[in-house]
Amino acid sequence: MLYVVITYLWAAILLYLLLGGADFGAGIIEFFTSRRNRGRTRRTMYQAIGPVWEANHMWLIITIVILFVGFPKIYATMSVYLHIPLTAMLLGIIARGTAFVFRHYDAVKDDMQKLYNRIFIYSSVITPLFLGIIAASTVSGQVDLQAKDFLSAYIFSWLNGFSLAVGLFTVCICGFLAAVFIIGETDNAEDRLFFTRKAKWMIVSAVLCGVLVFAASYIENIPLVDWVFGKPAGMLAIAAASLSLPFLWYGLTRGKAIIIRLLAGFQVCMILFAATYRHFPNIVLLKGGGHLSLIEHQGQEKTIEALAWALLIGSIFILPALFYLMYSFEKKKPQEA
Amino acid sequence: MDDFFAARSQMALSLGFHIIFACIGMVMPFFMAVAHYKWLRTGNEVYRNVTKAWSKGVAIFFATGAVSGTVLSFELGLLWPTFMEHAGPIFGMPFSLEGTAFFIEAIALGFFLYGWNRFNPWFHWFTGVVVGISGLVSGILVVAANAWMNSPAGFDYVNGQYLNIDPIKAMFNDAWFTQALHMSIAAFVATGFAVAGIHALMILKGRHVAFHSKAFRIAAAFGTVAAILQPVSGDLSAKDIAQRQPAKLAAMEAHFHTEEKAALIIGGIPDVKAKKVNYAIKIPGGLSFLAHGDINAEVTGLDKIPEQDQPPVAVTHYAFQVMVGLGMIMMLIALLYFLALWKKKSWLRSKWLLRLFIIATPMGFIAVEAGWTVTEVGRQPWIINGIMRTADAVTPMPGIVYSFYIFTAVYLSLSFIVAFLLYRQIKMVDRLYDHSSEQPEAI
Repeated sequence: MLYVVITYLWAAILLYLLLGGADFGAGIIEFFTSRRNRGRTRRTMYQAIGPVWEANHMWLIITIVILFVGFPKIYATMSVYLHIPLTAMLLGIIARGTAFVFRHYDAVKDDMQKLYNRIFIYSSVITPLFLGIIAASTVSGQVDLQAKDFLSAYIFSWLNGFSLAVGLFTVCICGFLAAVFIIGETDNAEDRLFFTRKAKWMIVSAVLCGVLVFAASYIENIPLVDWVFGKPAGMLAIAAASLSLPFLWYGLTRGKAIIIRLLAGFQVCMILFAATYRHFPNIVLLKGGGHLSLIEHQGQEKTIEALAWALLIGSIFILPALFYLMYSFEKKKPQEA
Repeated sequence: MDDFFAARSQMALSLGFHIIFACIGMVMPFFMAVAHYKWLRTGNEVYRNVTKAWSKGVAIFFATGAVSGTVLSFELGLLWPTFMEHAGPIFGMPFSLEGTAFFIEAIALGFFLYGWNRFNPWFHWFTGVVVGISGLVSGILVVAANAWMNSPAGFDYVNGQYLNIDPIKAMFNDAWFTQALHMSIAAFVATGFAVAGIHALMILKGRHVAFHSKAFRIAAAFGTVAAILQPVSGDLSAKDIAQRQPAKLAAMEAHFHTEEKAALIIGGIPDVKAKKVNYAIKIPGGLSFLAHGDINAEVTGLDKIPEQDQPPVAVTHYAFQVMVGLGMIMMLIALLYFLALWKKKSWLRSKWLLRLFIIATPMGFIAVEAGWTVTEVGRQPWIINGIMRTADAVTPMPGIVYSFYIFTAVYLSLSFIVAFLLYRQIKMVDRLYDHSSEQPEAI
């Protein structure tokens, strides 16, 4: 049953990165859009992500619940040592979640819209930045359970070049996912061209940030190269992701909405796989070589069993409904503009 | 302000904020579903407009409730890591199920808000009902988790170790039913009276009377029925607390000395040093009857509780008085309203009845906040009643006070913006909803 729980944990993280990431990306695209084009970007995005907006967010909650129910020691340690970036991410989540809804549901459209927009775009960048920082900090080996002073316990645990690079990389990935997703939602050639250009920019930035991540890992002495390329599985994953890149580029140029979505999803999936499988089941790497492992730090057997059943039964309800939600709004584009 | 107090304040602030939004997000969908049903059955456009107007409120409150709930799920760890490290696996079951319920709610809300004119009308209506039901279920589950903190079950506590964990037993702890019942009804009372009060104000001002009257009737019906039921569930809760948490009951009632035929104290100012309550109305035997169903029964007083295990008396007592007092006022308004519906139809057109509802607008929510103060402050100094002290659960990270300031600023601005948005919604009723012909927008 432990592996059921771990599978769900991994899937929830992946889905949050993919679906929640596309959400964040919507704001990131807006951030990198000239003021003139923002209105159009906003409308297209709103139609695309509005209906699934709240659902996308749930994957984060599922992740957190799995962690604190199944792996409480890991959850508690992360909560203590990564308190600051977690709080920053939370503030981002609050800001963008509410700004998105406020700007749409405000009965009067006036200057307040500017405020909502500004909050939305800034928090859309900040949230995935810190999400990436948190993810990187768990493996950068800077979490120090013996730390006595404030800086090494609560600041250096996450503030390092590697974490920042991964944060930026996450921002690019989210922007890229959003751009690719929105291409399929556009209804005219001009918009399609616009978002295609955005997607290409985001790919280029992501590749550059990817290089930055490796450079930072080299400087910080994090064996990222070994994790990713040390075993055939990781190498295969990265090779598959890289090889699919030209196809993606070609698909973008030709406007094949479904294919590029699948390819984009596939790439993110491969990147996450390559980044995590080598130190599995260790989820937090500690300073001085220790680690927190999903297997050693699992909850008691009955808890894991109950959690696994709750997840399995939950997905029987959730997955068909979620699929139908996405399907319906994909098939039935709004008739009224 | 020290870090421990800051952590408690931040938690209280976050919960207090979330509760309001969660209540509205949980109850409004039911109002919406009734209006929607009436529209589908009668074809009366006003009902459709009411449904749409309310659905915007639901969307705003749901979003705010969802983010503040997300914050809470992190804050449990950020502020109380030691608690979560031990309690997470024990009381996590309701949270995992709540995840499912909340997920379904989010999906159903997507269908409902964006589904106008896209689906079979009854399917669309049904998704609205699902929003309400799954919201209610998730509320019950979260309260069940809180009830575990008051009534820990489903594990053996041996030498500081938490052994033989049984998550199902933990979920169905002794307190879950009375707490969940009391909270669910409270949500209906609070939201019913708040919504009814706002529409009553608009009727009194003579604006869009047809629209606001229909809205008022639906909200008032829910609120008043719940207000009349609430004392029953309150009585169940009191008896349960007397059994399980005598210290909390003693603090609620400022009952300092263990005695038989204990008096029920109404109002008053507790003097903790002198161990007595000044200026209170006392009903002999009342507390014994409420707590144990027998006017001669013995009620444990604070003197039987070691000093270091006593909850703060004054706060708990005042909060309890506020909750009960407001509950009683709302029950009386509810009875008047039913009398009006049943015998005195002329009252329904009278201004004083509307005014009563306007005055009662915030009462339900004040009572909800007071009730939670009783539950949470009354449990102190324990975070897990009798097992773990709150002070032992707090995060070791210093500087929590700054986090408290930041979150205070965030919640204050959010409350301000939401109030501002609702004000604008109501002001725009004529433009958006209350004209018989076209609807200006789709969603």
